[in-house]
Amino acid sequence: MRKRALRITSGLGGVFAILALTPSVGFAQDYVPTAQDYLNNIWVFIAGVLVFFMQAGFALVEAGLTRAKNVVNIFAKNIADATVGILAFFATGFAFAFGESGGWFIGTDNFFLDGLDLAAIPEGGLSPATTFFFQAVFAATAVTIASGAMAERTKFSSYLIFSVVMCAFIYPVVVHWTWGGGLIADIQIGDAIFSDFAGSGIVHMTGGIAAFMGALFLGPRLGKYDKDGNMRAIPGHNIPFAILGVFILWVGWFGFNPGSELLADEFVSTIAVNTMLAAAAGALLTTITIWIKAGKPDVAMIGNGALAGLVAITGPCGAVTPLMSVVIGAIGGVIVVFSVLFFDKVRIDDPVGAISVHGVVGAWGVLSIGLFATYDDAFLGREDAGLFYGGGFEQLAVQALMVLIILVWVGATTAALFAGIKATVGLRVSEEEEMQGLDVLEHGLTGYAPDTVT
Amino acid sequence: MKLVTAVIKPFKLDDVKDALKAIGVAGITVEEVRGFGRQGGHTETYRGAEYKIDFVPKVSLGIVVADETVDAVVDTIVSAAATGKIGDGKIWVTDVDRLVRIRTGEEGTEAI
Repeated sequence: MRKRALRITSGLGGVFAILALTPSVGFAQDYVPTAQDYLNNIWVFIAGVLVFFMQAGFALVEAGLTRAKNVVNIFAKNIADATVGILAFFATGFAFAFGESGGWFIGTDNFFLDGLDLAAIPEGGLSPATTFFFQAVFAATAVTIASGAMAERTKFSSYLIFSVVMCAFIYPVVVHWTWGGGLIADIQIGDAIFSDFAGSGIVHMTGGIAAFMGALFLGPRLGKYDKDGNMRAIPGHNIPFAILGVFILWVGWFGFNPGSELLADEFVSTIAVNTMLAAAAGALLTTITIWIKAGKPDVAMIGNGALAGLVAITGPCGAVTPLMSVVIGAIGGVIVVFSVLFFDKVRIDDPVGAISVHGVVGAWGVLSIGLFATYDDAFLGREDAGLFYGGGFEQLAVQALMVLIILVWVGATTAALFAGIKATVGLRVSEEEEMQGLDVLEHGLTGYAPDTVT
Repeated sequence: MKLVTAVIKPFKLDDVKDALKAIGVAGITVEEVRGFGRQGGHTETYRGAEYKIDFVPKVSLGIVVADETVDAVVDTIVSAAATGKIGDGKIWVTDVDRLVRIRTGEEGTEAI
């Protein structure tokens, strides 16, 4: 049996506790870290590097599934997420998420990492530097999810505003409410407290909801629907890009989920196994579903299916068996197909399927913990919490409440943000610019220029 | 001098090139083109939505030849490019008023 509750302060949920214990600047560091402590920090750092590399995956998926005339703009937005997003998280995001003096709503200190002894490694835990590095690359992931859904029609300057506010405020509040020990972490129904190990809800659903609001406020791309309102396919210009991007994200996820163990221990590899299995099951079930629905095994959709399996297992990866990881990933792979077709039908134009992959399947990942949890993932604090393991409906209820709270918070704040941008600087490019492509008019160059100069 | 323009199926390009070289053709210019004829287009699916490809990818060859070799070149292309199925393409021949080899300044059939 696993004794994971013993080290609850080491789990993501315990980051807040670790920071609270971290000596402030100038305080002599009494504790001499052991080799294990250094190993923990090095592993989480390397996992963070893998998560950062997911930016390349997102950029390629989005570029591949959109048109050649907008490829520069896609990459520009992804660079923006990795630059202004991380700087915004450094300035205020980390403080709002994990600030020491935080109440239930928001943290209020350690802005610009001020007041933290960055190098101090506490016993069995992570230094503030390791924690910030790992959290910052997660924030960059959360914000870049929306980029794909808003592709091919968003003003670059307006996207920058969204990226900053998302990383500086909206996402950090979600983190504070959960891993930071705020609102959602305080909810208890019977023995059940929330669990979202690596962030199916906290990271992916948050990004997915922002993606939905972005697509909603923008409206569909020109030509997506004909005069009679029938949907038209706008094929992506580079399927090899898209699938290479899927594989890069898949690799990155081996940092995202196993890294969220926040320790170099025996569970890192079990989480990696669950992650691998869910991705494979997601891709397979999407293949079968789209083959039946559309008559062809459409590889652009299958790429979404692998990602759906990964998003689904992100939350439950520490609490479920390998077999149930297959089930969770497989269900994610089915959901994503119907979700993509649904949003097309209701005229929410999401060129890359981000709303479905991250938003809808992210919610499924959070809920699946209430059904399938059997191990204590250091959040649950107990074994067999899931409905199918005799845990009753309590865990499912807490998970559903968590989904609802994140939905309301991110939905309301991003709606207000996009409405504000739309009313002031404008959210969408001109019709002429959209037809010509954003590359030349927004950024002054094309992605695939002919070689006219020696 | 004549310009022979042949629009053929892309996967027949190598066969046609080899056959033309075998009868002494010294140069071919190739373009990737799209179009439709009797073959029409075909249907593809993307993310659950079907869409029609009206313009099918083809390869267009341009060959400038002396008047007396036109028929041999056309016949060679026809036999090398034919599959017997719809969409094999077309060949047409037009007059060429002037031909210059840029490197040497040679003109006319000397430049072929």
